[in-house]
Amino acid sequence: MAKKFLSGNEAFAYGVRLARPQVISAYPITPQTIVVEKLSEFVEDGSLKAEFIHVESEHSALSCAMGASSVGARAFTATSSQGLLYMAECLPYAAGGRFPVVMMNANRSTALPWNIYGDQRDSISQLDSGWIQAYAENAQEALDLALMSFYIAEHKKVSTPFMANLDGFVLTHTYEVADVPTQEQADEFLPSFETENKMSLTSPKNLAFSAGPDTNTFFKYKEHIGLLNVKEAVAEAEKRFAEIFGRQYSGLTESYKTDDAEYILITLGSISGLVREVVDKLRNEGKKAGLLRLRYIRPFPNEEIADALKNAKAAAVLEKDISFGNEGTVYSNVNSALHKAGISIPTSNYIGGLGGKNISAEEIEYIFSDLTRKKSEVKFLGIGGEDSGS
Amino acid sequence: MAVNAKTLNETEFFYGHKACAGCGGSLAVRIALKVLGENAVAVLPAGCMSAVGFNFPQLCFGNNAIISTFAGTASMLTGVQAGLRAQGITDFHAVGFAGDGGTADIGLQALSGAIDRNDDILYICYDNEAYMNTGIQKSSLTPFGARTTTTPAGKNIHGNLRPKKNMFEIVAAHGIPYAATASVGYINDFMRKVEKAKSIKGTKYIHILAPCPTGWGIKTDETIEIAKEVVDCGLWYLAEYENGRFTLNHRPKEFSSVKEYLKKQSRFRHLTDEDIDIIISSRDKKWLQLAES
Repeated sequence: MAKKFLSGNEAFAYGVRLARPQVISAYPITPQTIVVEKLSEFVEDGSLKAEFIHVESEHSALSCAMGASSVGARAFTATSSQGLLYMAECLPYAAGGRFPVVMMNANRSTALPWNIYGDQRDSISQLDSGWIQAYAENAQEALDLALMSFYIAEHKKVSTPFMANLDGFVLTHTYEVADVPTQEQADEFLPSFETENKMSLTSPKNLAFSAGPDTNTFFKYKEHIGLLNVKEAVAEAEKRFAEIFGRQYSGLTESYKTDDAEYILITLGSISGLVREVVDKLRNEGKKAGLLRLRYIRPFPNEEIADALKNAKAAAVLEKDISFGNEGTVYSNVNSALHKAGISIPTSNYIGGLGGKNISAEEIEYIFSDLTRKKSEVKFLGIGGEDSGS
Repeated sequence: MAVNAKTLNETEFFYGHKACAGCGGSLAVRIALKVLGENAVAVLPAGCMSAVGFNFPQLCFGNNAIISTFAGTASMLTGVQAGLRAQGITDFHAVGFAGDGGTADIGLQALSGAIDRNDDILYICYDNEAYMNTGIQKSSLTPFGARTTTTPAGKNIHGNLRPKKNMFEIVAAHGIPYAATASVGYINDFMRKVEKAKSIKGTKYIHILAPCPTGWGIKTDETIEIAKEVVDCGLWYLAEYENGRFTLNHRPKEFSSVKEYLKKQSRFRHLTDEDIDIIISSRDKKWLQLAES
């Protein structure tokens, strides 16, 4: 291993190089660009042997990656925001075709109004596309996730595309020290891509076919099971990862001081670091606060959430997205998890960080104090420059 | 040995499908795959040929084949050839079969990108001059005057008002290694062009006119005849673009009647003599340009 000072994008690119993708299709969009620029440098300097395809749109980026995967090649692409929406047709296509493509998405606001900064409305709007969705917190996790994403996506029981999300700018462009494993370690961790779901010259196949009303549910059910199997594949990947690299991850969620917590904040992505600091501050003041970070939201960690919240008095979901006309999508999912587990506690929803709006430590403290009111409400943080709730 | 009816591969690679009787597009696919052989890896977008050939569990391609998104024929082909090459496999022919809408409208961006990168693919456009799979709507390759379900022929408007986009010249303008036009009415010429394309590295494009009895309003046994006639009356021409030069393969000594060609098809039956004069004069202008080049 070697320690390097890397941005989130660069760390992810190092992780991708370690995974030895055979085809990379790339189209630029801020704030994703650096990951594909870095990969093109790796190809140029010979440290990565891959077909680097300069596609002419994001739709083609994913269409090309699916084509490569359909003949058994390991394929990678990356996008963000408008690009993710432009390729949206290809998302359920890749999932339904069971092509385990890996894609990094730099979370960014979607137009209108135009905005290049980070929120998570882009990826969360595509939650039902059949992709695995994971959210990294820091550069190290981004690098490790890049490597693990191929293992999980290509797992025999999964065979499902993987979207690894990094908060735009806050994570993609922030520099941190990260351990970069050696290629030998990575090769020990990640086997080469083997699949039966491919066109081969020795055993021709017809793929991506039509399935009418009589057979459609069969294929869609299998797709659903593939996604549910991700939990097992993640556990397997992380166990193997810890053995080889010495870094331990915690599955679909990460709990921080939730065991005896009365008030728990649930969130995802890079904001978790700040929440952890606020939890520590509140704990010093004798308040029983806790954090539950969702590392994956597809498959959704229903059991993990119910387990972490079973003794809590109230919980909040802080998220950088809004399903207009209703509430935050993660909040809806969390409430469903609690309902199914028979847990009846007040939950509130805080919509923050839209278009890159800063979420302050004071606002997070406000959320925890608000929770003691034990009401179920949906609130926006920072409307029109106000400090907190409205 | 040149490929012809006698030497053509007897193996069928596209059979058991449910294309309409007299379908020109399915004939183009069938013949092209016979020329390309078992190592063809075919990509077909959502459209007629995928709708008739890929209905689980009745899958009709004997070679490798996959449906792409409507816009993604060329981009998926790019991925296929890159993916195979990355695994050290080189003895394959990545071939796309897309209709006129899938090529000249929604798929043009991806096709242009693939040609620009000079990806090693053969892209065959089977042109039946409208969106036939969805029920005969106008595409940018629908000819002037044709009645479609979105260009109705009434008292005020006589069908489609715009001329057919020239895909062959658009593709050639990219500086593509090889491009050609063809017609299912001149099948030996088409087979020769597919065989030539098979031996060329980089991007190849063949645009084959493929009548659709359902959409054109002809009898199912008139496909070949009408596909010959469109060439003979000069409304379509057989040509190649190679090494930066255009070659006209077939120059009729005398054009057959445009009016007769049009009047055989119910999609043109409403045309007035004035409409037909417009079509004839645009044909003459094109042939003047061809003679000068």
